[in-house]
Amino acid sequence: MKSWSDIEHSKQRVISNERIAPGSHLLKLHRNHKFIAGQVIALGISAEIEPRLYSIASAENDDLITILYSEKAEGALTPMLSNLKTGDTLLVSKPFGTFTAVKDNAVFVATGTGIAPFMSMLLSNKVNHATVIHGASYPEFFYFSEYLHSTLGERYIRCCSRCMPGCLYVGRVTKFLKEWDALSPNKNYYLCGSAEMVVETRDILISRGVSTAKINSEIYF
Amino acid sequence: MSLIPLYGKTRTELAELVIAEGLPKFSATQIADWLYRKDVDSIDQMSNLSKKVREQLSEKYTLGLIAPDQVSESTDGTKKYLFPTGNNKFVEAAYIPESDRATLCVSSQAGCKMGCLFCMTGKQGFQGQLTSGEILNQLRSIPEFRNVTNIVYMGMGEPFDNLDSVLKSTEILTSDWGMGWSPKRITVSSVGLIPALRKFMEQSNCHLAISLHTPFEEERKMLMPIQNVYPIADVVAEIRKVFKGGQRRVSFEYIMFDGINDTPKHVKEMAKLLSGLECRVNLIRFHTIPDSPLRGTSDAKMLEFRDALTSKGIFTTIRSSRGQDIQAACGLLSTKALIEKNNLLFFSHKFFTNIV
Repeated sequence: MKSWSDIEHSKQRVISNERIAPGSHLLKLHRNHKFIAGQVIALGISAEIEPRLYSIASAENDDLITILYSEKAEGALTPMLSNLKTGDTLLVSKPFGTFTAVKDNAVFVATGTGIAPFMSMLLSNKVNHATVIHGASYPEFFYFSEYLHSTLGERYIRCCSRCMPGCLYVGRVTKFLKEWDALSPNKNYYLCGSAEMVVETRDILISRGVSTAKINSEIYF
Repeated sequence: MSLIPLYGKTRTELAELVIAEGLPKFSATQIADWLYRKDVDSIDQMSNLSKKVREQLSEKYTLGLIAPDQVSESTDGTKKYLFPTGNNKFVEAAYIPESDRATLCVSSQAGCKMGCLFCMTGKQGFQGQLTSGEILNQLRSIPEFRNVTNIVYMGMGEPFDNLDSVLKSTEILTSDWGMGWSPKRITVSSVGLIPALRKFMEQSNCHLAISLHTPFEEERKMLMPIQNVYPIADVVAEIRKVFKGGQRRVSFEYIMFDGINDTPKHVKEMAKLLSGLECRVNLIRFHTIPDSPLRGTSDAKMLEFRDALTSKGIFTTIRSSRGQDIQAACGLLSTKALIEKNNLLFFSHKFFTNIV
């Protein structure tokens, strides 16, 4: 993403900007356009600051669009996003992207805020019998865990890299996938996270017999 | 206080710098001339600046040239240079001499965020952006600097994800006050980040190469996750909108994978996708990377594919593979092992200093 002059966009008022964990926020805006679960929007504070892409985390038929983001201290945009108050304005693009076609019995693998597109898919009832494997450093970063736990039960797996042994799997998502007995080469895998996570996870899935045609990835570009 | 590098600054930036230093405005053109046309190795060699001014500049600034740490040479004459670019970051550049030209393949980022299935650089993740100076240093600091006739931004990283630095570097390469190169000698390659593509087409006359690799959406998603955000059909539509022909060349890069993207149905779909667009297709041999399920198409099948595309009216060439034995060929550049080694050294050192 480079310049707002290159993107069709509008100014929108913030409905709410709730801090849900240290450095993590849920930003809500009016939904001005239809979208397909899995799509992204570009957000920005002003025309001078480069827009950034965020996956929509809410359901297709919600009146509000929800964006999950975590503040990056060195980031150009997120420190400013986190200061937004209800009624403040920001620049918002139309939704776009094609990380949208999801098959039943899908396995969603996400780290951090990478859970967002999968939340949108689940809330929009786009998939049956999905499994969610979510990785985070500490328990507070398992966003939407209440909903995911109550909806998916044992098909919601939390991999906590810095937790003490307890009810969560201790270790990274990649370690979990290397050991996971239930990993099936016949399922479809959807990955969302950083480039490092996606590339490493993809290699592990391939090494465990999953064909590349069954792996679809969205990277935080 | 660390010194600020001058190399890589545009004339506009140098003008701001000399004003801030209380020097006459024309000093910017003089400094640019020393940096980019007279190729000095130190501020002290800028002999038309007074000694006092040179001393004043030396207190705050440095040229910022960094010699390569290592060089590997292929049996075919290709050389791969390793450059340090900051804390635990490294990039590689490949010098590829031919009978009538010498091409330098430069990196624009340390690592890459794009995660393409077939690329070694993607396997190391993203470590950071290069400045325009760090990009140009890959040219300026190799012994063959004066032999280089062409530059391709096809090394590590996605140039359009670091477009400002890339545009600054091409401005320096092509300006009268800079190196004075023709933009026809420079090719910038991208997976097709559409907003950056628009800006590039508007602000640069350099050649454009788009990584295509398959015309089919689902297949491209498998090979290149960026397809989920900027589908190739939209990228081509954007090029049709903004490409006015002329001296600029638009090409599409197509790495050939056995049994995946080398069939007659791909030829047909490519012809449809590129129909009427003034462009060429470069077919590239796939160089197998560790743990990859992909295999390269045979030479015979590549020739067939080239001929089939040509018969559809698409100018198609097969790019010769260079530097494969030193991991300098297309898609093989990686500094992952070095990053891991350096991290290990860093952590062992930290551990050691913590326990003594």
